[in-house]
Amino acid sequence: MIRRLGVFAVSFWLSGAALFAFQAGTPNPSDTTGFEPVTSLPPGQQIPAAPYLLWAYGLIWIGVFFYAWSIWKRLGKVEQEMRALEKRRK
Amino acid sequence: MKKAFLPIAIVAAAMFAYAPIAIDNAPYQSTMLLIQKIFYFHVPSWVALTCALTVCGVASAIYLFKGSPEADRYAVAGAELTALFGLFGLASGMLWARKAWGIWWEWDARLTMAFMLELIFVGYLLVRKFGGPGAEKLAAGMGIFGAATAPFIYKSVDWWRTIHPKTSVVRTLDSPDNSPPMFHVLVFCMVAFVLLFLVLLSLRVRLEQQRAALDRLYLEEED
Repeated sequence: MIRRLGVFAVSFWLSGAALFAFQAGTPNPSDTTGFEPVTSLPPGQQIPAAPYLLWAYGLIWIGVFFYAWSIWKRLGKVEQEMRALEKRRK
Repeated sequence: MKKAFLPIAIVAAAMFAYAPIAIDNAPYQSTMLLIQKIFYFHVPSWVALTCALTVCGVASAIYLFKGSPEADRYAVAGAELTALFGLFGLASGMLWARKAWGIWWEWDARLTMAFMLELIFVGYLLVRKFGGPGAEKLAAGMGIFGAATAPFIYKSVDWWRTIHPKTSVVRTLDSPDNSPPMFHVLVFCMVAFVLLFLVLLSLRVRLEQQRAALDRLYLEEED
């Protein structure tokens, strides 16, 4: 009984999801008429480019410095351990 | 590589310091305007990733078939740099997409495959860290197959319909109308990224070599 209910629930969910996807994919005629290129929008409605550009360069610079620092730190830790080991052996 | 490290590091630092000036002087692309300038760090990130991927794939194959420990050190360094440059490429691409396409992400062939590549190499690093004994050989297999995906990712924009620009877009930059041509700035940034890759690879391999030396010291102490 529980298995049948499970099969029914999954079938219901899948058919509902398919129906939802079909509806979501059907274009509304009002969406396609009156198309306006982004460049002709008023400045207030356009996405500004500069913040994205600065974020992209900033992220890469920070990433490079962070990675170089992480190698430096890991290398320092290993070399410190080597020196301690050699000291102990002497 | 040891002797060349310092000159390469100095040249790379100088090129990265000059890069913002070169990018600022590059002309605007006619349709995308300012946001197109992400291109000068986005494409070189993928070029550096290709170098890292090649090192990882070749070194993994050498390790798997010849058992060379030095090759394994290059493989793990290459894998870590693949994950790093992949992250740069994905992040800069998303920022570009938000402005150029109006969305952060699209599950099309190029973007999905690039994301999968990133996941393969994050998986590689997780296997190396938590896989226990024998993880090196398993990771080497992942490295080879990860590297084998590169040509498919590169050609994906030509083979399938995708919103990502095609590979031919780079050739269109080399126009005599541009002064200085965008292509020159792109090549400059590509060289800077490849030099950065060499510097980071050298440092990362050095870390693996020191770890191996430390392991040897511990083994000698046990004996």
